[in-house]
Amino acid sequence: MKTSNALWKQRLSGKLPESLADEIDIFETEVALKKQGKLEDRVFAETRLRRGVYGQRYDNGQRHDGKKVQELAYPNRELTKGPNTLWDAPGMQRIKIPGGGLNASQLETLADLAEEYSDGIAHVTTRQDVQLHYVHIEDTPTLMRRLAAANITTREACGNSVRNVTACPYAGVCPDEAFDVTPYMRALSRFLLGHPDCQNFGRKFKPAFSGCSQHACALTNMHDLGFIAVKRSENGQEKRGFEMYVGGGLGAVAYQAKLFAPFVPPEEVLPLAQAVARVYARLGEKKNRNRARLKFLVQDFGIERFRELVLEERKNLPPDPRWTEYLEDAEKFQEEPLNPAGQQPAVGSEAFQRWLKTNVRPQKQAGYMIVTVSLPIGDITSNQLRALADITRRFTRETVRTTVEQNFVIRWISQSDLPELYQALEAAGLGTPGAGTIIDIVACPGTDTCKLGISSSRGLAAELRKRLAEQSFQMDEAIQNLHIKISGCFNSCGQHHVADLGFYGVSRKMSGYAVPHFQVVLGGEWGHNAASYGQPVVAIPSKNIPEVVTRLTGCYAAARKNGEGFRDFVTRIGKVEIKRLLDDLAQPPADPTDHSFFKDWGDPREFGLGDHGIGECAGEVISSTDFDLAAAERQLFEAQVLWENGDVEQAGKTAYQSMLRAAKALVKAEYSDVGDDPDEIVAEFRARLYDTQKFFDPYAGGKFAHYLFAAHQKAGVPHTPDSARLLMDEARLFIEASHSCSNRIEIPVGI
Amino acid sequence: MELQHINVKLLLGKPEQVDLDPLIPIFHEWIQDQIWDDLLLDVADYRHVHAGPGVILIGHEGNYSMDNTGNRLGVRYNRKAALKGSNLDRLKQASRAALRACERLEADSRLQGKLRFNAQELEISINDRLLAPNTPATREAVKAELIPFLQELLAGSDYGLSFNEDPRSLLQAWVKPLQAFSATALSRNLLPA
Repeated sequence: MKTSNALWKQRLSGKLPESLADEIDIFETEVALKKQGKLEDRVFAETRLRRGVYGQRYDNGQRHDGKKVQELAYPNRELTKGPNTLWDAPGMQRIKIPGGGLNASQLETLADLAEEYSDGIAHVTTRQDVQLHYVHIEDTPTLMRRLAAANITTREACGNSVRNVTACPYAGVCPDEAFDVTPYMRALSRFLLGHPDCQNFGRKFKPAFSGCSQHACALTNMHDLGFIAVKRSENGQEKRGFEMYVGGGLGAVAYQAKLFAPFVPPEEVLPLAQAVARVYARLGEKKNRNRARLKFLVQDFGIERFRELVLEERKNLPPDPRWTEYLEDAEKFQEEPLNPAGQQPAVGSEAFQRWLKTNVRPQKQAGYMIVTVSLPIGDITSNQLRALADITRRFTRETVRTTVEQNFVIRWISQSDLPELYQALEAAGLGTPGAGTIIDIVACPGTDTCKLGISSSRGLAAELRKRLAEQSFQMDEAIQNLHIKISGCFNSCGQHHVADLGFYGVSRKMSGYAVPHFQVVLGGEWGHNAASYGQPVVAIPSKNIPEVVTRLTGCYAAARKNGEGFRDFVTRIGKVEIKRLLDDLAQPPADPTDHSFFKDWGDPREFGLGDHGIGECAGEVISSTDFDLAAAERQLFEAQVLWENGDVEQAGKTAYQSMLRAAKALVKAEYSDVGDDPDEIVAEFRARLYDTQKFFDPYAGGKFAHYLFAAHQKAGVPHTPDSARLLMDEARLFIEASHSCSNRIEIPVGI
Repeated sequence: MELQHINVKLLLGKPEQVDLDPLIPIFHEWIQDQIWDDLLLDVADYRHVHAGPGVILIGHEGNYSMDNTGNRLGVRYNRKAALKGSNLDRLKQASRAALRACERLEADSRLQGKLRFNAQELEISINDRLLAPNTPATREAVKAELIPFLQELLAGSDYGLSFNEDPRSLLQAWVKPLQAFSATALSRNLLPA
């Protein structure tokens, strides 16, 4: 903890926006009360989460160090900051950056804070936030004060609240947008921050704005609330408005947002958002966190009924001047350049030309360019942040934004400034080419710092980036333009659903060892605001994933037809063929003593938690549970193929049967006489694995068991394409959870 | 003035020859064996960023790292927890921590003898902009604190002392002994009398 905390409070007294200052004072008091044992764990946990103060891996005071689970001897092991979360364990601070917009002095503040309170790195997230890791809870009020002095808040960055309002980072300069969504995004962000109608949600709530429907930049289809700018003509006058979407979300089971209204006039954006928030707060699930996102409410009611409820709520809202008071300025809002428009230089080094090709794109304003600063896995150092601040002052009126691809964009660069800008970026190590290409890999924090991480998403991303960067400029252009996104678990923080090549972390047993794997997810659509989601194909050991990328990209380059996109290619070739292409990579290593296979990228520890029961002949130590779970996976794969071939009904039935098979595999470990009757399997599963909590994941609890119970309850109900797809997603998660359960509980090899 | 959160970095000789890959298992081993009184927690690998913090062994009281900030590779100790005692005590603690880490790495066969303190340059910085803003006045005050410490560390040998004068930077001193000292020799100089 910093000794200067009390001094900072004095130094910044009276210099912060009043509302933020009060908030931080209250939080500081709550920290003190918790330290004195006067606040309950659960209450304090939600309190700090709503200020963006998040837990981090090993904060329960235990860490598997590769040999054993080690107790971390923190000075005060009795004091906690939440259930199973030790006070002294370092945590993560999430910082909200609405629309990703930052000015130079804000960049400098982030630089100082990363250096003084974290590890010298600021991490840009897939929702345009910035995160600092390894922060001590007692430093957080000071950190918040210093941010507030730069007009940045962490309020409601985590917890059951309205999260960062994101927006297309090209808003205002994109040639394809209907109009600049920036002022509307800012108005909604201010309006919902701390709004009383947003304090009683069962889960988080994520809004996003996009300037057009065809690009991916704001990913509105995967948000709880999405607005896409549109224009229409009324009485000969062009009017601004928004397509409004609700109920999208990734997470374990991904949902596409539904169109709420094709044209919402600007004056209705804030009140409709408020009405949605009220309906969500009133009717959304509260007890079962796993069904508490807005997407479930929209799904359960259906979009028509949900729309009726929101419009009814809208009618009853008391008028609020904030709904419209920003609109006059919004129409006029326009960022300005620093330097006059220029001409692009015709010459330059090869490196400069490469960078131009991938990192620079024209603005709609002639003579100006948008420049992407590509960050490796979203990381930037304090010194680089300061260099970026200098660059934005030198070339622009401090117009820089973070992106959902974990980069920065600098806007309003005069074309004639490009060579000097490139030199300045290069000098700071920020001139890496390849933005938006296959080497610009997105990854969530994964096992590096996240408590939920299963496999090392950042380790894999760093490895893939290193390998692909060496060859990227010799690659076929179609391969160069593919997107790779990696999540450390099924929760999709790395947005693997919307990648060409997506991966999410799972674990499997091989030769008696827990082995880090990634599920390969293919054919998601990044464009059109994340218009469709990819489907899992096969789980592959982490160490073989680079070969997966090599094979898939090679196959695509060799076999694609004229101009065929990767998604279309995957559909045409089919999952069966792709699985066949990768099947050998899913097998255990030929040499069972090759322990490198049982470790994750960038982590020399043997994977898993003390369940390495290797026998004399490791290759033969496989329980029938493992075989049965593998069979359940095969069955699920068949379901996916059926679905793709249009046999929706059979796909749904097969997915349900794969769940039964996985459940039976676990039941059999305790009760070998279990029969094939679904009622019996589910009843035995409930009694032996759910009621006893043996199936419960340390973090997700019994969430995935409910997927089985719901599927069983609905067995026989006809399927739609959507319901069958959701059931397949749920079956996938149930089978993954069954693997985890099998890894956790001791299952005798003879079973 | 009170100096807390002191960082000491020992610059390496021939940094281009140092393979950083073995550092990851080495730091993990230090955690497994909890080799010192400090509580060691985790390893963070930032080699993918340019001129960045390199590989960090995250600790509760302080971090140890193979730091490459400014493209200057060195063994760094970053004291995070406040420490009682005098400024001299705190300068000694941070220096001892950096030196013992450096000595241990120098002796680790996995690094093939290529990781060596260059015997000629140390960086000392104060990781707190409020306690030690990088102003001319503070630099003078810190210089006064450093002189008796460096007298002891360098056993009375002559040295050059300069400061990073970028006001945005942490207060940072560069110490260049005129006589070459190994990490072991410097450690010995800091042993209690």
